[in-house]
Amino acid sequence: MAVRPATEKRSRASAPTSATKKTGKISNPAINYQVAEFDKDDELKAYHDMLLIRRFEEKAGQLYGMGLIGGFCHLYIGQEAVVVGIGKALREGEDQVTTSYRDHGHMLACGMDPKGVMAELTGRQGGYSRGKGGSMHMFSREKQFFGGHGIVGAQVPIGAGLAFADKYRGTDNVSVVYFGDGAANQGQVYETFNMAQLWKLPVIFVIENNRYAMGTSVSRSSAQTDFAKRGESFNIPGEQVDGMDVRAVKAAADRAVEWARAGNGPYILEMQTYRYRGHSMSDPAKYRTKDEVQKMRDERDPIEQVRKRLVEKGWASEDDLKEIDKNVRAVVTEAADFASADAEPDPSELWTDILR
Amino acid sequence: MAIDILMPALSPTMEEGTLTKWLKKVGDDVKSGDVLAEIETDKATMEIEAVDEGKLLEILVADGTEGVKVNAVIARVGAEGETSAPKPAAQAAPAEKPLPVAQASSTVPAAPAVKAEADPDLPAGTQFESKTVREALREAMAEEMRRDGDVFLMGEEVAEYQGAYKISQGLLDEFGAKRVIDTPITEHGFAGIGVGAAFAGLKPIVEFMTFNFAMQAIDQIINSAAKTLYMSGGQMGCPIVFRGPNGAAARVGAQHSQDYAAWYGMIPGLKVVMPYSAADAKGLLKAAIRDPNPVIFLENEVLYGHHFDVPKLDDYVLPIGKARIHKAGKDITIVSFGMGMSYAIKAAEELAGLGIDAEVIDLRTIRPMDIETVVNSVKKTGRCVTVEEGWPQGSVGSEIAYQIQANAFDYLDAPVGRITGKDVPMPYAANLEKLALPTVGDVIEAVRAVTYR
Repeated sequence: MAVRPATEKRSRASAPTSATKKTGKISNPAINYQVAEFDKDDELKAYHDMLLIRRFEEKAGQLYGMGLIGGFCHLYIGQEAVVVGIGKALREGEDQVTTSYRDHGHMLACGMDPKGVMAELTGRQGGYSRGKGGSMHMFSREKQFFGGHGIVGAQVPIGAGLAFADKYRGTDNVSVVYFGDGAANQGQVYETFNMAQLWKLPVIFVIENNRYAMGTSVSRSSAQTDFAKRGESFNIPGEQVDGMDVRAVKAAADRAVEWARAGNGPYILEMQTYRYRGHSMSDPAKYRTKDEVQKMRDERDPIEQVRKRLVEKGWASEDDLKEIDKNVRAVVTEAADFASADAEPDPSELWTDILR
Repeated sequence: MAIDILMPALSPTMEEGTLTKWLKKVGDDVKSGDVLAEIETDKATMEIEAVDEGKLLEILVADGTEGVKVNAVIARVGAEGETSAPKPAAQAAPAEKPLPVAQASSTVPAAPAVKAEADPDLPAGTQFESKTVREALREAMAEEMRRDGDVFLMGEEVAEYQGAYKISQGLLDEFGAKRVIDTPITEHGFAGIGVGAAFAGLKPIVEFMTFNFAMQAIDQIINSAAKTLYMSGGQMGCPIVFRGPNGAAARVGAQHSQDYAAWYGMIPGLKVVMPYSAADAKGLLKAAIRDPNPVIFLENEVLYGHHFDVPKLDDYVLPIGKARIHKAGKDITIVSFGMGMSYAIKAAEELAGLGIDAEVIDLRTIRPMDIETVVNSVKKTGRCVTVEEGWPQGSVGSEIAYQIQANAFDYLDAPVGRITGKDVPMPYAANLEKLALPTVGDVIEAVRAVTYR
């Protein structure tokens, strides 16, 4: 179960074939270490995109501490490789994305504007929901991002409904639904698995297994901790993926997307990942040791992995990387400044957008 | 320029905390993600992580200091030799500085007034034909499905079985399995799939075999369908109809006999329709399917087989949100909707024999409620009795009574009477079930009480 370091050597040996065979048979749910080939541009883009999410989240944490962000705020730090790797396999603006309340990274990976996301976090008029949704409830029709859902598991049938619409209209778009190991125990997830397979909906269920449902570890909450197997009784193929390696995520996403686009129905990807911060800002994370977190940061950090490869392969110098970091920080600072200075919504907004 | 490290708030309610200990000392290099210090609140101990990189230049609040206010500067980080820039007010105490608001006003803006449209005038010479509510509902769906390829029907037994109550009979033959879809018995799941399809712009009609089963799906109906337009700042929209029989049928016991009018009637973001007659069922279901909002369409199993005159028109659409004056009168206003209308109408007939001329209003829509029609009537009659099958506390009648006292207090000659189902789970035994439901006699009694006759 543990997320182990991926090495390219090990990965090649166990390439799964479920997507290419199109048999609908359950793939071997051993962790899949196969990685996608990343050229220099891919690596640099992945590095940039993941770093943007991390810096954005650090800044959000800071603004929360200053009282500029209210309510609940769930940070994505540590899990960046999942949305960035999967995003690379999707058609931006066509394929739909839906997720839970830990959604900032997903929105940035969809290409949404950091200023609009941050301004929504601070509840200002320039936010994606004009300040009326907040951290957990944001949407972008343009980018086909359908939330941002505050009720654990509720996004799962909704994402399948988007896939239903894709199939109804005869497009080859796919719908990606992200949910956590906690949501994976919700009843509506299995109701959805059943219908998605029954109707062969082009939906990819991405289970972000970050090992803790709020404060309850997977082993304390789940009778079957191998989440890739959760679709077995519905004949939905599933695989466990090293979710800390953006290349492994991309490779798995390619298989899943190909499968769903071709009309074979749903696919499950269990991403073995880790969140460095607490469940939300007010969670001291006493349910795990500091060593556990530190070890993950030191050995498995998704951004550090890419950084190392870039330097080792001579694709980027330390100065190049510093330049990227500087640019990312500038974007995040601009977003934070905008989100701090922007006006709150006009009081008349209280009564708008209730009905069309 | 050096960066101020502020005492963070760790929860929505935190105002101050204890700086337990520093894990870095002045002169240490820090990079983002490094733990700088531990702080303690009444709830938990938490770590402060560095966001920016540099050297820890100054520590301003010592280990063990209690009562450190949120947003107080506790340290400075920057390049060596740097000094802190003068603190901008916003950074030092953003919580105290008023936020930039578009309008510096704490008064709540008034809700916009909603004016209901009147029923369209029927063309001269319109013929009527007798139809059951069942036929009217079926025609409404078929006509709208012919008109718009994005409309589809999903639910348990709607296709091959031809509908548990035969509302969808024949639709599978005409529209095929792509648009008339049998679902597994999985209300929460298929309601959510319907919502997702509606977010994508399709126009699902989701049939619940009864609204009692929609309790399994109520999270998707309220949290997803009703609230998302608002939460998305107007981007999303959910053009969906949830329909099916609601309220008591006959002898099916407590879990299958419940009226949800008041439940859904409370929710902003929903429209709630509860027709009585076949004509209204047809005209309002067509309107509901065309409506860009989520509409709860509450039918009644007992009424499915009742016959009513329905206008023989190609496209009979009624406005949602408009009450209908079923019978004009001058002595008292009886307000009801759905199955309650059958008691109200019979009571009015009998009251005429007692010399009491009742005005009977069929609300038809629970939300938005056409309170104007009710208030205008009460201003004329000075008295009102409401009739419904649902429970008394928080009932639709309770809301009507509130609205009347707020808008027509000076016109009232008696307290508003309220007839509801009894405040008990529905019993199975035939005699007890009868006692639990409103009766024509209950309505007559209430009217006599408020007319003092």
